[in-house]
Parts: sequence; C-alpha cells; structure tokens
Amino acid sequence: MAEILIENGFVFDPLNGINGERMDIAIKNGKIVRSVNTQKAKKINAAGLTVMPGGVDVHTHVAGHEVNTGRMIRPEDHVKDVVRKTGLTRSGVGYSIPTTFVTGYRYSKMGYTTVMNPSMAPLGAKHTHEELNDIPMLDKATFPLLGDWWFVLENLQKGDLEGCARHVAWMMETTKGYAIKIVNPGGLESWGFGRNVHSIDDVVPNFDITPRDIMCGLAKVNKMLNLPHTIHLHTNNLGIPGNYVTTLETMKALESVATDGKPVAHITHVQFSSFAGDNWGNLRSGAEEISKYINNHSHMTLDMGQIIFSDTTTMTADGPFEFTLYQLSGRKWVNSDVETETSGGIIPMHYKRKSAVNATQWSIGLELALLIKDPWKIFMTTDHPNAGPFFEYPKILAWLTSKKARLATLAKCHKKAQKKSLLPSINRELSLYELAVVTRAGQAKALGLKGKGHLGVGADADVAIYNINPETLDIAKKYKTARKAFGSAVYTIKDGQVVVKDGEIVQTVDGRTMWLDIETAEEIEIGEEMKRKFKQYWTVEYENYPVFDHYVKVPEAITVKASV
Amino acid sequence: MIVLTPLGKFRFPVHAECINPDVFKEKSVAEIASLSVWEGNRKKKLGDLFKIEEVSDETLGITINGDVSKVRRVGQGMKAGEIVINGNAGMHLGEKMAGGKITVNGNAGGWTGSSMKKGLIEIHGDASDYLASPYRGSTDGMKGGRIVVDGNVGSDSGCYLRGGVIIVRGKAGPFLGFHISKGVIYVEKSAGNRLGASMTGGKIVVSGAIDELMPTFTIAGVKAKVKIDETFKAQGPFYVFLGDLAEKGNGKLFVSKNSNSHLKQYEKFL
Repeated sequence: MAEILIENGFVFDPLNGINGERMDIAIKNGKIVRSVNTQKAKKINAAGLTVMPGGVDVHTHVAGHEVNTGRMIRPEDHVKDVVRKTGLTRSGVGYSIPTTFVTGYRYSKMGYTTVMNPSMAPLGAKHTHEELNDIPMLDKATFPLLGDWWFVLENLQKGDLEGCARHVAWMMETTKGYAIKIVNPGGLESWGFGRNVHSIDDVVPNFDITPRDIMCGLAKVNKMLNLPHTIHLHTNNLGIPGNYVTTLETMKALESVATDGKPVAHITHVQFSSFAGDNWGNLRSGAEEISKYINNHSHMTLDMGQIIFSDTTTMTADGPFEFTLYQLSGRKWVNSDVETETSGGIIPMHYKRKSAVNATQWSIGLELALLIKDPWKIFMTTDHPNAGPFFEYPKILAWLTSKKARLATLAKCHKKAQKKSLLPSINRELSLYELAVVTRAGQAKALGLKGKGHLGVGADADVAIYNINPETLDIAKKYKTARKAFGSAVYTIKDGQVVVKDGEIVQTVDGRTMWLDIETAEEIEIGEEMKRKFKQYWTVEYENYPVFDHYVKVPEAITVKASV
Repeated sequence: MIVLTPLGKFRFPVHAECINPDVFKEKSVAEIASLSVWEGNRKKKLGDLFKIEEVSDETLGITINGDVSKVRRVGQGMKAGEIVINGNAGMHLGEKMAGGKITVNGNAGGWTGSSMKKGLIEIHGDASDYLASPYRGSTDGMKGGRIVVDGNVGSDSGCYLRGGVIIVRGKAGPFLGFHISKGVIYVEKSAGNRLGASMTGGKIVVSGAIDELMPTFTIAGVKAKVKIDETFKAQGPFYVFLGDLAEKGNGKLFVSKNSNSHLKQYEKFL
C-alpha cells in the first residue's frame, strides 16, 4: 500500500494535545507512522491548510428499517435532490434520508470517516447490516435497542444483573452491535399498550420496574461488560415542554453508577431534552440548568441534536413521541408498536425560522454547546435526520465558531424566540482545536474507538484536510468561507487512501463494520425457555434471528473481556 | 421570440427545464442551443434536439411547433413571458410556475401546473392525471393562478389545492380535489368518484353528473348559481354539500341538481 506524507499542515489533534502546530503526518499501510521513505512516499502539500483526524459522528440514523421506511414515505423529499451517477460513484437521491451510497459520499466530502448508527431494533439487525454494507467510504457501527427488550426487563425485574449482562453480551454478538442503546426506557414497552411513562419513577406495565431501574441497571451492565462506549440514552419525556427536569433527574440517578469519575452514560440529542416552560406557548430554554449541572459533573457526555431550518424527516424508536408530533402537525406518519423489540415512528417535519418553537429549539442546541465549558462533554450532531440532514454540519460549525454567524441567523428568527434566546449574551466562539474535539476527538474518546479521532502513531490513517489557514483566516469573522471549507474537504484520506480531493470523490472504498465480540467468563447458553418464547412471541424463528458472519461485508470484531 | 422545432421523433424522455422564457432571456440562438438537457441518461445540448430560430418580434416568448409529449419540465418555475406549444406537451409542464402564460394547442401530460403559484395555463385539449397536484407524497399544492382545460382531465387532479382556479370544460377523473383547503375547481361535465375526499376548505363545482357522493358529506342547501371567479358564474341549480366531515372539513361541494337525480334523497334532510 502506498506511503503518504502530508507536509507542513496546521495539525489539530486534541487527543495528542496538538493545537495547530505545523508538522508532517506520515502514513503507511493504512496507519499513521512515525516516518516514511521520503523518496517513495506520495507527498501532499498541506502548507496553509488545516489537518485534522477524520470526522467521527456519534449519532446519525443512516441505516435500518426505520430509515428505509422513511425513504419510502417521502418521494417528495427525494425528487428535490437527485444525484446522478458518475464514472466512479453511483446514482442516488437525498435529501433528508439519502440513499446509502449518497450518504457515504456526502460524509466523505466533509472529511468524515466514521459514523455510528444509533438505533437498530434487534429484529431489523440483518436489514441494518445489509444497508451498512452498502454505505461506502465510512467505518461504521450500530447500536441495538435494548432498553425495552423483554429479556433485559425480566432480568432487571429479578435483580439478576449478571444474567442481564450475559444476555446483553449475547445480543451484541447476535446483532453485531457496538453499544447499548436505550430509548425512552419503559415508555416503549408501555406504548405497546397505548401508554407512556411520564417520569423516571413511573412503573412499566407488566414488569413492575421503573425507567430509573432500567437506566441504572443497564449502565451497571455496561460496566460489568467493559464496553468501550457508555449506555447511549434517549431520555424519557423527550420533546415535551418542561422535560429538562426529567433530564436532570436522569443524570442525577446515574450518579450512583459513576464511581471512578469516568462517563457512565451518553445522553443523545440533548437539545430535545432541554425544554423549559409548561406548554408549547411558553416553551423556553432549559440549557442553563442542564449546562450548569454538566459543568459540575463528569459522569455524562452529550451530543447536541442541533436544529437545522429545513424540511426533514424525524424517525425514532420513541413511538409515543412521534404520536405527539403527529397530533401537532397532522402530517403523514408511520408507527410501529409491537412487532419489534422497541416501538418506532416516522413523520416529516419542517423546522421554520418563523416558528417560535422551532427557533427556540435552534437556540437551545447552540446554547448547550456553548454554555458547557468542556468540549469533551458535548459533541456536534443533528441526530440526522431528526433535527436536520448531516450534510448541513458546516452551518453548525459556523454557528459554533462565530457569534456573528449566530446573530445573523437569530435576526431572521421569530421575534418571540429572539427575545427568549440566550445567544446574544454568549460571547464564546469555539477555536479550531475545540472544533476538532466536538467533531472527532471527543466523539472517538466517548465511543472508546482507540484508532479513531487522533493522528498519533498507530492510529487509523483517517485524515481530513480543509482549506483553512488559521494564520490568515479568522473563522469567527469570515464564517462563510469557513463554512464552505468544512463542506468540501481538500483531501479526505480513509485508511491511508486518498478518497476525496477538492471536494470530489476520487476513489471509492468499502468501510468496515465494527462490532463487539464480548468474552464472558462462561459460555452463554441459550435456554429452552428462551427458544420457547421465540416461538410464541416473535415473528421470526430463533434460528433465523442472529446476524451471521457472512452478513457483514467487511467485519472488524473488537474483542472485549467482560468481568462476568 | 424563439421558435423551437423538434429535429425528429423523441425515443427517450427529455428533461428540459431550460425551455423557459426566463432562461432564454437576452441569450443568442447559439447560447440557447448550447443549454444542456438530459435525453434518457445522456447529457445533450438543446440544439441537438431542436431546430432553434429567432423570429424578429421582441416579445419574450417561446413557441414549440411539434409533438413534445416526451419533453418534460417545460416552463418549470417560469416567472414571466409566454410559451405556446403547437402539439402535445410532456409531463411537469409549468411546474411551480410563478407567472406568465403557457398555451398548449394539444394535450398535456401529468403534473401540468403542479404546485404552481401564479400565472395562466390554457390547454386546448385534454390534460392527463395530477393536473395542478403536487408530486407524490407532497402536500405542496397549487397556491394561485389559473388553469383552463378545454378537454378532460385524468385522476387526482387539483389535489392539495391551496388557492387559484381550475376550470375544466370536459370530464374529470376520480379523486378530483383530494385534500383541498382553499381555491376553486369547476368541472363542466361529469366527475369521477371520491370527489373532494378529505377536503377541508375551498370549493368544487360540478355542472354534470357525479358517480357517487362520499358518505362523509352533508347537505346544506340548494343554490341557483355559484361564483367561480370575477369573470364567471356557473348556472345551477346546485346541491350544496359540506365536508369532508372525516377531516372535520369545511369545504363546499356544489353538484348539479338536474344531472344528479340519484342525490334527490338528500333533499329530505333539508
């Protein structure tokens, strides 16, 4: 494999403490190395350019049956964004739910190299992996939804954490998953009976446990199994005014699990969980309260779920929340309640500047990212496509790095939202170093991806080079130039191969699918009782349930030694 | 004025959104000929498919002489000027148009005037399905302007109408005015079933016979004539129905009394 030497770039590598130093990066056999043969190596002149590790996205719905159902119900979304094939790339469509290939190309053009698909019903695992196989240019992993899974709930009800851990280990292998995803714990099981839970201490029907028990139980299980990521949590009462109280209670509940100062949970798209006020009319931001808590605690990480003003499609396993959205908007929607191990819903959503609620939501996301002082605690996402499509990320980067950009957008928003917004009082502007944290280093660290998000020796040779010269370009003032630069990488290098040059795909590669192979102390046995339950309750046979090895095109099993 | 004549019979669908007075404005014939279009999966130049001539008069207009039923998206998004098609027109004619006039001396394809905002479309033949309706899945219906069809229209016409006037001199297919919330649709002859399904507002006036009335409409009276627009009143008498009650709708459906004796039973509820 060719050797590459990236010369003289301004390198931002927060995990190794490198802040804009002018240095060379050497690549050999798909890894970062100390040095290469300067005679033979292909040289990339990065003088005057910004060099960062390849982008890592901690939360983006890019594959699976809910994504695909979203594609099916939105022909009008595709018709406005048709992508033609080229000699190298395949045809496809956008806009809010791009086809798999277009997803890969667009991420790659922005300098991203790793994405996490955060929501997979175990029953849809095979489908999810088939789609992940078809997403080129990126390494990826997927998180099975286990927060409302009967076997987990039964074990937690019995208080058998070890049994629960062994079962989760089996589920990771069975679904080829990477982390424990929990959505509206307890609420989804209740939704099967047309109900929901409204606080973390409501009782889940038929199981006699509470959302608190589920979250804390699975956080403990996560620790027992030594999983690289924490539990990945979508809170109760998401999207409901006043829910910041629930979010605070959730974080307080998880304090009991945190013993070593390390994060024990990741609350995703926290913007949707930071609403104050008691109805849509007086909705206001709960960002101050949430950020104050986070600034004083270290057991949580968050991601933004930043609103982009666009016509997008929301999709989540949180069926009851999507039902609320349907009641608000009256638009077409899809719901699933009982077949899979979770629930689910999909509904188109148009976020408008002139809507007081949407504009306030937009403000909340940015307030959180700016008020939380430590960039290692909150990462940049849109919860694609829920709050906006991922290829609008450069807009968020501009808002984060430039007060001028924020105020320019705020000026176009609904008057009521302008009045309530905290943004005019926040002067913080993220530096390129901090930007590298919220878009790659922090995410890779939270995910426990050892070879990602940094450019140290031995790391995967995933590199993004942007046309930003930190010595001459003030990104806070010239935010439009920076926005353009982040939308179209000068080079994206994936596993040591140049895949994007000047914002165009020059080579297509298959990414790897990472999954956890958990080694437990004793072999996990599947009892007759479980097989009987499969026969009775599931729509597939037990034998057809697991994702077999051949389903994953380029697998990368990460072995984890569990302490049970 | 620019005159376009097809150089031959089209074998494949052509996407030619560049045939638009706004695009042709202040361009020479050579520049117009070099505008790109897609024929099937091949990128071509407009000059490869059409003979392009400039006729001396200074009007901002385009005339197409010949059958262009395979040419799609003519006049898409146009804001001013005039297009005359002497022949059949293809799909998505005048889609999202925001001004100007399109005349078709022939038949028009599906989605003619889809999601249009302003302007005038006159079709002197038949129009196919989805006249003025948004693309599949979209609720972005026609907002304003006027469409007049001398012949018949196909199914799903005038869906999600939010303003403007549609006048059909012939017959209309099923699902006419599905989910309309504002605006007026007038049909001189008969209309197919599921008429006005899910309508929440607006007016649909049928001077001919209808196959059936949805059970979710309720009778509100009989009216001698109905105003269609400033220039035209339809002569009745008409039964007036309100609906669609399944959507808690407040739309008005006017159906000719004389042509629909099977609706006589409703009179007892008056």
